[in-house]
Amino acid sequence: MTGMVALYIFMLAAFTGYEVIARVPVILHTPLMSGSNFVHGIVLVGAMVALGSAATPLEKTIGFIGVLLAAGNAVGGYVVTERMLEMFKASGARAKTKGTH
Amino acid sequence: MPGWLSAGLAIQASYFVTAVLFILGLKRMSSPVTARSGILWAGAGMGVATLVTFLYPGMSNYGLILPAMFLGAGLAWWSGKRVAMTDMPQMIALYNGMGGGAAAAIAAVELYRGGAGGHVTEALAVLGGIIGAVSFSGSAIAFGKLQGLITGSIRFAGQQVLNLLLLAAALVLGGMVAAHFNAGPAVVTGFFVLALVLGVTMTLPIGGADMPVVISLYNALTGLAVGLEGFVLDNAAMIIAGTVVGSAGTLLTQLMARAMNRSLGNVLFSGFGDSGGEATGTVTGSMKPIEASDVGVMMAFASKVIVVPGYGMAVAQAQHKIWELCQLLIDRGVNVRFAIHPVAGRMPGHMNVLLAEAGVPYDLIADLDEINAEFETADVALIIGANDVVNPVARTDKGSPIYGMPILNADKAKNVIVIKRGKGAGFSGIENALFYLDNTRMLYGDAQKAGAELIAAVKAVG
Repeated sequence: MTGMVALYIFMLAAFTGYEVIARVPVILHTPLMSGSNFVHGIVLVGAMVALGSAATPLEKTIGFIGVLLAAGNAVGGYVVTERMLEMFKASGARAKTKGTH
Repeated sequence: MPGWLSAGLAIQASYFVTAVLFILGLKRMSSPVTARSGILWAGAGMGVATLVTFLYPGMSNYGLILPAMFLGAGLAWWSGKRVAMTDMPQMIALYNGMGGGAAAAIAAVELYRGGAGGHVTEALAVLGGIIGAVSFSGSAIAFGKLQGLITGSIRFAGQQVLNLLLLAAALVLGGMVAAHFNAGPAVVTGFFVLALVLGVTMTLPIGGADMPVVISLYNALTGLAVGLEGFVLDNAAMIIAGTVVGSAGTLLTQLMARAMNRSLGNVLFSGFGDSGGEATGTVTGSMKPIEASDVGVMMAFASKVIVVPGYGMAVAQAQHKIWELCQLLIDRGVNVRFAIHPVAGRMPGHMNVLLAEAGVPYDLIADLDEINAEFETADVALIIGANDVVNPVARTDKGSPIYGMPILNADKAKNVIVIKRGKGAGFSGIENALFYLDNTRMLYGDAQKAGAELIAAVKAVG
């Protein structure tokens, strides 16, 4: 990837993130923060590559810690977000059966 | 395998799919109707990206990768499943810090190895490294504060100067690494140590009430760090996902700060957040206690009750009891509404999540703008462990640290009942003028216990 292309990707991704979140209702702030916390768990693939190419004991140790932390970020972020959103589904379904909203 | 179907192409295609799934997932998560499917979409993207990364050319050390993955994933799964809903904010901080630490670890592997990329690549690795390390140690402190492991805020003169010096020193060492100027492993180590210390000293002075904003900020920073390390590793999925989270998280942080009527700089550098109470010595009168049985009668014969939940309800896990109480009142024909302040609890939306867990329908829950005019017509405002968000000094006392923050006008109700554990001040450390008003009565006790007593009292009315 050349520098300019990388810069374009960066710019477009930044606008995308902004647009995706704009006008989100306050009740979803916490779940959404949790969800975006899960999304940056993608650092796991980078940590895997870093450990996968590690040669010295030092690199391997740091890489091991990196993969461990990244896996925790991804899985923990998913579990917590899923649990929070589960409740929205439950109450939404209930509200529907009562003929509201 | 045909020639065009190389591992490299499969990886790139999968990362592309992952990036699309992440963006669509986040988009779905920003609407209550589709929110639940959003996390499934994003989760699918993560699964695809993780699996395909095993095909990466030149990968080795599978004997280390797999145990590290299973260990990290297992611990996070276990802790995430068993944590109480009320403790979610600090878990988000913890998992977010782990992501920042992972980004810093990637930078560390690259920088200790040295000379893999050009100066620009190493500069990006340094930048992602410092941001990731600050997010890691800062989030750990935030977790400790919300979990109650670290109490109080450590503050001393010249703290901001120290932070600036730490940042400058870390950047100088990072610059030496990127410029290959006398940069041995010791310099790399010094760089990371300084960055980690900076995260600690930046976060320690910030009070617990401001933690949601800080966690959101670190979330955005971790995203940015992941994006930067994505450039270092030439990994499109990391660049896109990290940058999207970085910008979305920044916007979310601003929205939260705005809901508290504070600027981000104010949160980070003013040192308010707790024990800023010296400005308000003007509260006069006394707090007047009341018995649960009297409150039960008052509410049972009211025509309109507005419930204002706060962190006290979350701590006591009282949401189920409170909803049971409200159902009793609704059955008696009482008009019951829940009023949610944007920053009630420890995070925006925290109360909504808890009330949803208890089964409170959406249409009974109102936010500040919707409900504020209605307090004047309410017979009872029932404050459950909320404090600063109903403190009238925010409207009147220019000297107060919370002056200007929009509050719920609970003081306008005919009767104000405050369920509170003790006589202490709120999380901000500010005395609450509401508690001393003539129409306010204090019902002392844990919200769970008080809820049970009120249920019994309303039932006794018959």
